[in-house]
Amino acid sequence: MRTIYDPMTYQPQMQQLDSTMLETVQEAMAAFEQTTYIEADVKSALQKQTCSVQDYAALLSPAAMPFLEQMAEKAKQERKAHFGNSVQLFTPLYISNYCENQCIYCGFNCKNAIHRSRLSAEEIEKEMQAIAKTDMREVLLLTGESRTASDVQYIGEAVRIAKKYFPTIGLEVYPMNVEDYHYLNTCGADFVTVFQETYHLDCYEKMHQAGAKRCMPYRFYAQERAILGGMRGVGFGVLLGLSNFRSDMFAAGYHAFLLQKQYPHAEIAMSFPRLRPYKNHEKTAENDVHETQLLQMMLALRIFLPFASITISTRERAGFRDNVLPLCATKISAGVNVGIGGHTEEEQKGDAQFEISDSRSLAEIHNAILKQGMQPVYTDYINTNLL
Amino acid sequence: MQTKQYPDDVLMLGGHSFHSRFILGSGKFSLSLIQTVMEYGGSEIATIALRRANADSKENILDFLPKNITLLPNTSGARNAEEAVRIARLSRELGCGDFVKVEVIHDSKYLLPDNEETIKATRQLAKEGFLVLPYMYPDLIAARKLEDAGAAAIMPLGAPIGSNRGLQTKEFIRILIEESKLPVIVDAGIGAPSQACEAMEMGAAAVMANTAVATAGDCAAMATAFRLAIEAGRLAYLSKLGRVLEKGAEASSPLTGFLQD
Repeated sequence: MRTIYDPMTYQPQMQQLDSTMLETVQEAMAAFEQTTYIEADVKSALQKQTCSVQDYAALLSPAAMPFLEQMAEKAKQERKAHFGNSVQLFTPLYISNYCENQCIYCGFNCKNAIHRSRLSAEEIEKEMQAIAKTDMREVLLLTGESRTASDVQYIGEAVRIAKKYFPTIGLEVYPMNVEDYHYLNTCGADFVTVFQETYHLDCYEKMHQAGAKRCMPYRFYAQERAILGGMRGVGFGVLLGLSNFRSDMFAAGYHAFLLQKQYPHAEIAMSFPRLRPYKNHEKTAENDVHETQLLQMMLALRIFLPFASITISTRERAGFRDNVLPLCATKISAGVNVGIGGHTEEEQKGDAQFEISDSRSLAEIHNAILKQGMQPVYTDYINTNLL
Repeated sequence: MQTKQYPDDVLMLGGHSFHSRFILGSGKFSLSLIQTVMEYGGSEIATIALRRANADSKENILDFLPKNITLLPNTSGARNAEEAVRIARLSRELGCGDFVKVEVIHDSKYLLPDNEETIKATRQLAKEGFLVLPYMYPDLIAARKLEDAGAAAIMPLGAPIGSNRGLQTKEFIRILIEESKLPVIVDAGIGAPSQACEAMEMGAAAVMANTAVATAGDCAAMATAFRLAIEAGRLAYLSKLGRVLEKGAEASSPLTGFLQD
């Protein structure tokens, strides 16, 4: 498992789909020359009723940076037309932080000497009760990526417990095969998010030194396998700043676009985690994602895929999170604790993956949403499998 | 001088009568505004997405709607007939009444309705005693099948949901109004009071709007504007629009002057 292998090679037990979507995305990304776009391309993209893939590329390019205000205006209109004032609330729960991968940017890296643990069924039940008491009706279950420490049956058990308290259950766990997704769907989960981290193969290879995650195509086709397994919606995302964030964002948006074309009923979601620029870094470093760049990426995606749900990360500060809600984001987490457990009065059992920047309570976030003139929505889902 | 009022005419839906022909969608509002908007709009029917009302949760949309209105729960989230039927049954269990707006959508991008599955769901739900108002793509053949399936009215779209693009399907809606025995309620896409008025002038039985009102700068004023536009359109329809004289319509030498009886 720890041996270094070619990241394009599937490992045993990894299901392979008959698809060329990865090649299509990689070719388009290679052809995306961010410096070729000029002001006129951006203006034209902003005037169109339907944003094409090329228009999306223009909006992601540096040429669009002086048009942030116009992009915000356009994105705001699209957001209103498709989602009105609604802002969906959810709480994440980390149930295990065991991991078999060595991702050099991640706190859960299996070489890191952090406090590892996983919650037992009783502990999960207690956590769910504690979260449900806060009025939250959507939960996102997360694990580190270890198929041995948090196997599919274990995750299924967690979903079954969650189902007692929550109408909407999402998963952010390691990529798995269609039958696994199908099993978890029958347990009650309906939404799956898998971050590709980066679509640049060279960077992907460098960042993922060992473990199942090193296999790039298996990760890339996770959303498609989830849909084939019966999941209703799938989430995408890159870790902005890992590689060239503009081309990565182009690839992520195009990936989501192609998947929805192939599976028109699939609900599409996008998240925007970013690596913070290092302190004392040159302010102009090309891959640095400051708030300005982050907002540009979010607005471009909102204009390109106006129907997609956008989640705003707790890694961002409160002021940024609140202000992107009317412009582009439609989903926000509240009552977040990124350690293992941590929603009950007992101490958290395991260490966190990253630090959060917005530690406000649900009540505070609820009021902040109202203050933006938006409407907090706690439930917007019926699992018809279970009716 | 006192303004004289024409007597009300009544909208009949499945044996129930309504004075207002403005149906308000509730999904895109700040909940605190809904009651005010309904009052200004004079609406007696509001649609709600059952998926927003199903869980016992905070900010439940049902708590924000006036008590004296008729609920028209929709089956949004249903991807096929079977799911729509299950959601409708849940709606009845939750006490939302017998009206149901069938929405079957298998396209997450444009949210266009699947007429085939909609017909199936309508047949089943009508059998179970629901008053079914199906959201549909304006297709005459589908409209006839919906009538046969027991729909109480049909709800063809004017343009994609939320688009505010107006009566893009005008000609097909005109055909539905002409051919269908059922009330035709124009749903989705209506972005301005003038468009609602136009639909009513054509003979639509009612208009449903949500985004146009919810995203207006002043929701209450916009609801008022819609109410007035819908009333104006209805009166124009009832009073029969005058003949439109086209330029050169009457030829100077009659085309039929050769006839010798």
